[in-house]
Amino acid sequence: MTTPEKLIQMVIAIALFVGVMAAILLLTARLKSRNGERVQAVAFVGPALFLVAVGLLYPALKTAYQSFFGANGDNFVGFDNYVDIFTNSSLLTVLRNTMLWVLLVPTLSTFIGLVYAVLVDRSRFEKLAKALVFLPMAISLVGASIIWKFVYEYKGTENEQIGLLNGVLKALGFETYNFLFYAPWNTLFLIVILIWIQAGFAMTILSASIKAIPDDIVEAASLDGVSGLKMFFFITVPSIRPSLIVVLTTISIGTLKVFDIVQTSTGGRFDTSVLAYEYYFQYFVSLNQGLAAALAVVIFALVTPIIIYNVRQMRRLEAR
Amino acid sequence: MRSRKIRHATIAAIATGIVLAGCASDPASNEVQTAEGTSPGEGVEGCEDLTQFGDLTGTEVSVYTSIIAPEDAAHKASYEKFTECTGAEVAYEGSNQFETQLIVRVRGGNAPDIAYVPQPGLLGTLVDTGSVVPAPEPTADNVDEWWGEDWKGYGTVDDTFYAAPLGANVKSFVWYSPKMFQENGWEVPETWDDMVALSEDIAASGTKPWCVGIESGEGTGWVLTDWLEDALLRDAGPDVYDQWVEHEIPFDDPQVVESLDRVGDIVKNPDFVNGGHGDVNSIATTTFQDGGLPILKGDCAMHRQASFYAAQWPEGTDISEDGKIFAFYLPTTNEDNGRPVLGGGEFTVAFDDRPEVQAFQTYLSSDVWANEKAEATPDGGWVSANTGLDVELLNNPIDRLSAETFQDPEAVFRFDGSDQMPSAVGAGSFWKEMTSWVTGDDSEAVLANIEDSWPN
Repeated sequence: MTTPEKLIQMVIAIALFVGVMAAILLLTARLKSRNGERVQAVAFVGPALFLVAVGLLYPALKTAYQSFFGANGDNFVGFDNYVDIFTNSSLLTVLRNTMLWVLLVPTLSTFIGLVYAVLVDRSRFEKLAKALVFLPMAISLVGASIIWKFVYEYKGTENEQIGLLNGVLKALGFETYNFLFYAPWNTLFLIVILIWIQAGFAMTILSASIKAIPDDIVEAASLDGVSGLKMFFFITVPSIRPSLIVVLTTISIGTLKVFDIVQTSTGGRFDTSVLAYEYYFQYFVSLNQGLAAALAVVIFALVTPIIIYNVRQMRRLEAR
Repeated sequence: MRSRKIRHATIAAIATGIVLAGCASDPASNEVQTAEGTSPGEGVEGCEDLTQFGDLTGTEVSVYTSIIAPEDAAHKASYEKFTECTGAEVAYEGSNQFETQLIVRVRGGNAPDIAYVPQPGLLGTLVDTGSVVPAPEPTADNVDEWWGEDWKGYGTVDDTFYAAPLGANVKSFVWYSPKMFQENGWEVPETWDDMVALSEDIAASGTKPWCVGIESGEGTGWVLTDWLEDALLRDAGPDVYDQWVEHEIPFDDPQVVESLDRVGDIVKNPDFVNGGHGDVNSIATTTFQDGGLPILKGDCAMHRQASFYAAQWPEGTDISEDGKIFAFYLPTTNEDNGRPVLGGGEFTVAFDDRPEVQAFQTYLSSDVWANEKAEATPDGGWVSANTGLDVELLNNPIDRLSAETFQDPEAVFRFDGSDQMPSAVGAGSFWKEMTSWVTGDDSEAVLANIEDSWPN
């Protein structure tokens, strides 16, 4: 596919979209009754529903179906793949790592983002301080992983150091440390990368929520002699609770899908693999379709409750 | 009135989409596809093979490979002749995630035109997906003319010839510094036992004798598969080696365990590794590119790595018999098995049979390209088993040594074993388990794990 070909395809796609929408408009424009409105609604929602069915529903069902079959997808193995996930020691490590990620990244990112937002709120250099924390958000996960890989780079104590952290350790007279090698700590060092990125996102959303707290509430509280930590715990946090939950759940969903960081920094070696990476590895490297599909189903099962909760919270936020 | 205009436009737009959707490409064959017009290479020396494809001006061939900077520059330079002969441009893309990404792209319907596949095993996997196109007639003729039967066999699946060999490398080399050896009075070892004795001498003098680096993104661990294959080839001989590659004997056969332990006596010995990098575990987190570099500073004395490692030495390094850096043949362990050479290479796999793709395949399989590539690589680090390659064009003594090895009919040559195994092993469990092994797991356990992962 050359670039002109791609451009032509894009133009055709846009023309098709415009054509289909125009056709729907023309066909439904004549309908004026109440029933006609229903027909209109269906006509507009229909294509989207169709695309969701083809692009999301069908693959999801097919994946679930595949997860009961063997490596090539031809012999029925029942629940063997699922039994494998919860009994095989290396896959248990994958589950443990995923749990660590999901527990630590959302809580720590949100905590750091919240504290930071409160601290810089209405200070003189607020804009600059926020920009600094927000910057990592603009870096791709792969780029961030490469940056941090250099930070963690290891050489024996007697050798010249090129890694920032080990350079510092050596300068302070400590032994250097192979950050990305020793499990389970290496997973924590990878988690730092995502927190570094997500804290900026949390801070931005929460800072906006804090600014939206009505002034009279804050004034009333300070007249009653509330200040400092009390103000934070009894006024600020309860007032922004819905935003906090949305931030937490959004980061959780992103964390369950974490893949780039693990792939770039360790390639899943040294017991650092997580569900999404393991799915990829089983499907495309080990060519074990069944197990990969089962892993995908497990990710789906873990994400679903968080998404449902997230959507309900969003609705509540909008209803206020 | 207005609505009528919209209606016309709508019908036109939908109709165009339907017509264009019907223009899918036909299934491919090895028939020669030609373009109209007169080839720009008509009458130009070295273009004789390519003029039959016609005028390809304005077309583009996409190439996807595992060869990244700094080695890719010479590749790109060697395609200029092709553009001159045919008018077609080459879009080059290299990635160190090549092995997995290629499967991802092929399964996702986004295959490149041509991929340089370094593993016959991966070629088999790709052919199974049904998206690989057989090599065209002129390419097959070139391979018959310039390569031996064994090389053609690596590119053949179920009696259909798909992939012509491209570059090649000799893996059975140990890089060292002749200057450093002279200053210390060390001798290049003739046998494996001599090599271990030398390692002990060097260790006693306060330098860690070996440096190893196996980190390579998702490919982490491949370096050690070469170590094991070299040792097995020397211990048990080529016949047992072939049985092991074909899985006629179990992966964890006692002979393999023995050879792996032999490797372990060097790479898992804290007195011997990891010169210039750190402890034994640092082997796993040191990139293969950085692996041998401490030799330059005298922090390490020996680095077992293939001929292509020549490209990793800094520009201007004196690579010669009495220079700063050179390599010796990894010595043998058993007199009866001759002097086996382990090697590897890439093969050009095509996913499309457009004339420009076939022309490029034909160009890459010719002696013309081999010599163009040699000229484009003045610092060395590249050879081919193509017998049309003029050895005189190779400036680098190592490359010359490799090329002579390939063209020597007496050498017992064996292709890299992991590269011939099914991808699930050769690019999956074998690499992964070797990484676990060097950082502590024992030989029998990891070999048994690989045996278990062999697809039925």
